Amino acid sequence: MKRLLLSLVLVLPLLAGCTKKDNEIAIGEYDSMTGSEATFGLSSNKGVRLAIDEINAAGGVKGKKLALTAMDDQGKNEEAAAAVTRLITQNKVVAILGGVASGRSKAAAPIAQSKGVPFLSTGSTNPDVTKIGNFVFRVCFIDPFQGFVMAKFANENLKLKKVAILRDVKNDYSVGLADAFVQEFKKRGGEIVDDLSYQSGDIDFKAQLTQIRSKNPDGIYIPGYYTEVGLIAQQARQLGIKAPLMGGDGWDSDKLSEIGKDAINGNYYSNHYTTESTDPAVTEFIKKFKAKYNETPDALAALGYDAAKILAAAIERAHDLSGNAIRDELAKTKDFAGVTGKITLNENRDAVKSAVIIQVDGKNRKYVTTISP
Amino acid sequence: MQDFVQHLINGISLGSIYALIALGYTMVYGILKMINFAHSDVYMVGAFAAYYVARWMGIDAQPGIGTLILLLVVSMVFCSILGLLIERLAYRPLRNAPKLNILITAIGVSLLLEYGGQVVFGADPKVFPDVMKDFVIFSVGGIELRSFDVTVLIVSILAMLGLQFLIYKTKLGKAMRAVSANPGVASLMGINPDRIIAFTFVVGSALAGVGSVLVGMKYPKIDPLMGMMIGLKAFVAAVLGGIGNVGGAVVGALIMGLSEELVVAYLSSTYRDALAFGILIVILIFKPAGIFGKYSVEKV
Repeated sequence: MKRLLLSLVLVLPLLAGCTKKDNEIAIGEYDSMTGSEATFGLSSNKGVRLAIDEINAAGGVKGKKLALTAMDDQGKNEEAAAAVTRLITQNKVVAILGGVASGRSKAAAPIAQSKGVPFLSTGSTNPDVTKIGNFVFRVCFIDPFQGFVMAKFANENLKLKKVAILRDVKNDYSVGLADAFVQEFKKRGGEIVDDLSYQSGDIDFKAQLTQIRSKNPDGIYIPGYYTEVGLIAQQARQLGIKAPLMGGDGWDSDKLSEIGKDAINGNYYSNHYTTESTDPAVTEFIKKFKAKYNETPDALAALGYDAAKILAAAIERAHDLSGNAIRDELAKTKDFAGVTGKITLNENRDAVKSAVIIQVDGKNRKYVTTISP
Repeated sequence: MQDFVQHLINGISLGSIYALIALGYTMVYGILKMINFAHSDVYMVGAFAAYYVARWMGIDAQPGIGTLILLLVVSMVFCSILGLLIERLAYRPLRNAPKLNILITAIGVSLLLEYGGQVVFGADPKVFPDVMKDFVIFSVGGIELRSFDVTVLIVSILAMLGLQFLIYKTKLGKAMRAVSANPGVASLMGINPDRIIAFTFVVGSALAGVGSVLVGMKYPKIDPLMGMMIGLKAFVAAVLGGIGNVGGAVVGALIMGLSEELVVAYLSSTYRDALAFGILIVILIFKPAGIFGKYSVEKV
C-alpha cells in the first residue's frame, strides 16, 4: 500500500502536467536564467512576461489567455535542448520564445523545427540560427549587421584607421561579429593590425592586451559578453591602452560598468534600442517596465517584449493553433512597430531593422547615433 | 623585449595565485594520499565570504591596506571553518574506507558547494569589493609594475614563508610530517592523527582563502563556479611539481602561470589549456612523480 501511494505521489504531477486547459494557449519560453549569461535570460523573461500580462489583461488572444511556461537552460546547450523538448512534448506549447545565446538556440531550434513548432528567438544574432529551418525566426538583427554597423561607425564617425580585434573563440556570436567587422572595415580601407582571441570564462587577458599594445591600434573591437569585457577594459587601462573599445549588444548589462568601473566609460557598443529614445512606444514600454519590476529595461527585455507581442499578433491572425498556421502568419510580419524599431521578418526569417550606437558613461548609456541597414 | 618582460610579470603574478591554491591540494595529498576536489570550491566560498562581509561592513568602496588585511582574515577564517567541517563530516567517516570512496565523496562535496552556491549566492556574477587602489609603482621603458601585482606577490610569498615556517620549525609541523610519513607510527608516538589531519585542512583552506581575496582583487568578478577552472589548473600545478611536495607546488604553479601567459601571447588562447596540460603529460612521462616528487623528500 505504501509503495502504491508513493508511486501515485510520483506519477500524479506528471499527469497533472499533461492536462491542458481549454481556455488557455500554452506558450513556452526557455533562456539562460542562471549561469554566466543569466542577466540576459532574466531580462528577456521579464520583457516576455510584461507583454503577456498586457495581452491577457486586454482580453488575450482569440478570446483565450496566454499561459507562459518558462524554463532555464543554465547557459548549457544540452539543457536548452532538454527544455525545448519538455516544453513541446509535456507542456504542449503552440510556440516557443527565447534563446538569447546563439549557441543555445542552435541546440534547441532543431528540435522545434523537427516537431513543427514555431520558434521565435529573442536575441540570437548568429546568422546560422534561422538557417536551421522554416519554423525558426528571430526579432533581432544578425551578427554581420552588428559588425557592419560598428565598422561603419569606427570608420565614419570615429575616423579610426588601425583596429585590433579581440574575440571570444568559444562563442559563435563573438566570432560572427568579429568576422563581419573585419570584412567591412577592410572594405572601407581600414587596417586590422591584430586579431587575437580569448575564451569565455577567462579572467586574465593581460597576455593578449600586451600583444595588442605593441601594435598601437586606434581602437579595439571586443564583441564579447559583459563579464569578460568588463575585466578586459580594466586590464587594458591598467596596461596603459588608451584606444577606444568597441563591442556589440553582448555588452548591454548593468554589470558591465560594475565590473569594468571607470575603465569602461567612454567606450562604444551597438545595440537594439536605447532608453534615451523619445519614441512614444519606447517611453511607454520603459514606464510600464519600471512600474512592474522597478528597474530600467535593457535591450533584451525590449526584445523579449517585442517577441512576445509579435508572436501573439501572429497567433491572433492564424486561422487555427497548428504550428503551420502560426508559422505562416509569423513569416508575414511586416513593419511591426516594436520597442526595438520597425520590425519586418524577411525571407530568411531574420528581422530587418536599424541599430543604435551607445556610449557607456557610468550607469548611463548615452545614445550616439542610429545606423540603418 | 619590453613585451616579453611584461609577459613575465603577468605570468608570475598569475602563477603565484595558482601556487596558493596548489598548496592546499598538495598538503592534503601529502598527509592523506587523497585529492581534495572540494578545495577549489572552498576557495570560491572564501571569495563570497569576503564579498558579503565587505558589503555588510560597508567597506566595499574603501580600498586600502586595512581592507585588504581584514578581508584576508575574514576569508581565511571562513575557509578554515569550511575546510574543517568538510573534513569532519565528509572525509573522516571514510578514513578507513577504500581510497576510491573518499575520492568520489570529494567530487560530491565539490558539486554540492558549486551548485549549492548557485542557490545561495545566485548564479549571476558578483562584483568583488575594491580591496586596493590600483596604481603604477614604477615603470621602466613601458614595463609597468602595478600595485596589484606587487600585492599579489608579497601576500603570496608571506603566506608561503609562513607555511614553510609552520612545517619545518614548529612542533605541529613536525607532527604533520610524522603523520604524513606514517600515521600508525606517529600515533604510537603520542600524536593524534585525526587532529593533525584536521589541522592540515585548516591550513590548506586558509591558503585558498588568501588566494580567493587576491583573485577577487585582481579580477573583480566572482561567481559560484569560479573555482572550477582555477582549481583544475592549481591541481595540475601540484602534480607537475610533485604532488605532496610543498616547494614543488610553488614551482609547478609558476611554470603553469608563465607558460599560459606566453602561449596566449605568442600562439593563441585556443592552445593555452592544451599546452598547459601538454606540459604536464611530458613532465610526467620523464618524471612520473613530478619535478620534485622523490620518495626521499619529506611529504606534508
